[in-house]
Amino acid sequence: MNGEALLAARGLRLSFGSVLALDGVDVDLWPGEVLAIVGESGSGKTTLLNVLSGHAAPDVGVVWYRDPSGRLHDVHGMPAPELRRLHRSDWGFVHQDPRRNLRMGVSAGGNIGERLMAQGARHYGNIRSAALEWLERTEIDAARIDDLPRTFSGGMQQRLQIARTLVTHPRLVFMDEPTGGLDVSVQARLLDLIRSLVSGLGIAVVLVTHDLSVARLLAPRIMVMQHGAVVEAGLTDQVLDDPRHPYTQLLVSSVLQA
Amino acid sequence: MSGGYNFAYLDEQTKRMIRRAILKAVAIPGHQVPFGSREMPLPYGWGTGGIQVTASIIGPDDTLKVIDQGADDTTNAVSIRRFFARTAGVAGTTRTEAASIIQTRHRIPETALREGQIIVYQVPQPEPLSRLEPSRVETRRMHALADYGLMHVRLYEDVARLGQVAISYDYPVMVNNRYLMAPTPIPSFDNPKMDMMPALQLFGAGREKRIYAVPPYTSVKSLDFEDHPFRPLRAAHECGLCGAADSYLDEVVTDDRGGRLFVCSDTDYCERRRADGHVGRDGMAEAAQ
Repeated sequence: MNGEALLAARGLRLSFGSVLALDGVDVDLWPGEVLAIVGESGSGKTTLLNVLSGHAAPDVGVVWYRDPSGRLHDVHGMPAPELRRLHRSDWGFVHQDPRRNLRMGVSAGGNIGERLMAQGARHYGNIRSAALEWLERTEIDAARIDDLPRTFSGGMQQRLQIARTLVTHPRLVFMDEPTGGLDVSVQARLLDLIRSLVSGLGIAVVLVTHDLSVARLLAPRIMVMQHGAVVEAGLTDQVLDDPRHPYTQLLVSSVLQA
Repeated sequence: MSGGYNFAYLDEQTKRMIRRAILKAVAIPGHQVPFGSREMPLPYGWGTGGIQVTASIIGPDDTLKVIDQGADDTTNAVSIRRFFARTAGVAGTTRTEAASIIQTRHRIPETALREGQIIVYQVPQPEPLSRLEPSRVETRRMHALADYGLMHVRLYEDVARLGQVAISYDYPVMVNNRYLMAPTPIPSFDNPKMDMMPALQLFGAGREKRIYAVPPYTSVKSLDFEDHPFRPLRAAHECGLCGAADSYLDEVVTDDRGGRLFVCSDTDYCERRRADGHVGRDGMAEAAQ
């Protein structure tokens, strides 16, 4: 692992039976950087995200994470309690479906406060004010703090999921199609919100998406995947404006010009 | 003592298995240990777990007290006491300090327990996270990783909606700063008695097949927030019969015109106070009749 990279993966290989989901993937992510992983369905994007975040183990390869004190951790070699601690403090995960992350039977405030309480926050007033602050930052009406997420619209649920994830100021957030399944105007607002929060807080993000415009808007750096392998990587503008690999050319040319 | 049964009903190998589970439970305070719960001659929910724990620790020299909701004279308490009188021939008592083993449901006696005594709780649901997380695989993982943020989410929801924690019984506790534990449906009023108790506390859940324990002098803390500290609940009255202002009270409806009587739920405590000459407001009326 070179320099001061926050997360680094080397030679990741993973197969499901005869299907090769990851084929020798290397990843480097620096603090505060947003990296987009694009590719068609089944190209291994989500599998890569799961392996990077420790949810799935690779057959071969290693993922390193550098903690705030500069120590390196092998994500798949660390004990389960430590990985769990990482996931509820330093890391965050934003799913495409907010219902996977939110507790639908718990109020919006409780959802935001859960990570704080899991970290040992025991002052109700402080938890409450943190929840109010994050509702405001994610543009949800503060009056809805005691409402259940199931009464929220899809876009609001997604914003609530982001508030719940970012409340502990993670250093690294994994996002799996955060704007998928939302209508276009809601998508645009959400992208704006993610961009301002991420740059404001200096969070590093690994963003999986099939939408090239999302990648262009949020991520300075991009990796294009096909059949489990990275076929092209580099600066987003460069890759998308001047694609070299035939598959990237196909992806770029297949975007409808509005 | 009736013939045909082994001492204290259970066979020796079963008792041995249960004692092993108890030893493990004592070694890891608050941790739920699985055990092979046996079919007992009473229905689930009537104390099958407690009765098995009692059966495996009781000896011929023990003195047994059984209470149900604080009372020594209810059906459940009387039947279990008689069960052990018949199958183990042990002496029964209603006096808290005379008992070496106290099997209980829903209360801890008002009289402070001392070293050498064992209190056995009947447990309907040993898993404190059961209402919050339906998967037992997940709750076990949460216990293993001491990941208890979810329990505080429940307290948060109560404070957000009702202005206070609204759990009045089975109030979750942290044992030895490690394991989250269900104290069984005792009123939250009794929770402070569990903290640093000189007696050994054993918990048996028959249907759920779990045993757990709190060894003597172990810290048991009720969960709370710094700005909403734990408050044990108690009816703001005095006992109508003995005048006690410090005991847990039952509210008894006495007529259909709104008549109410508040009495100690611990019958032993109340009777002994009256024997010592304490009289409450309604105690006078009772004496007059």
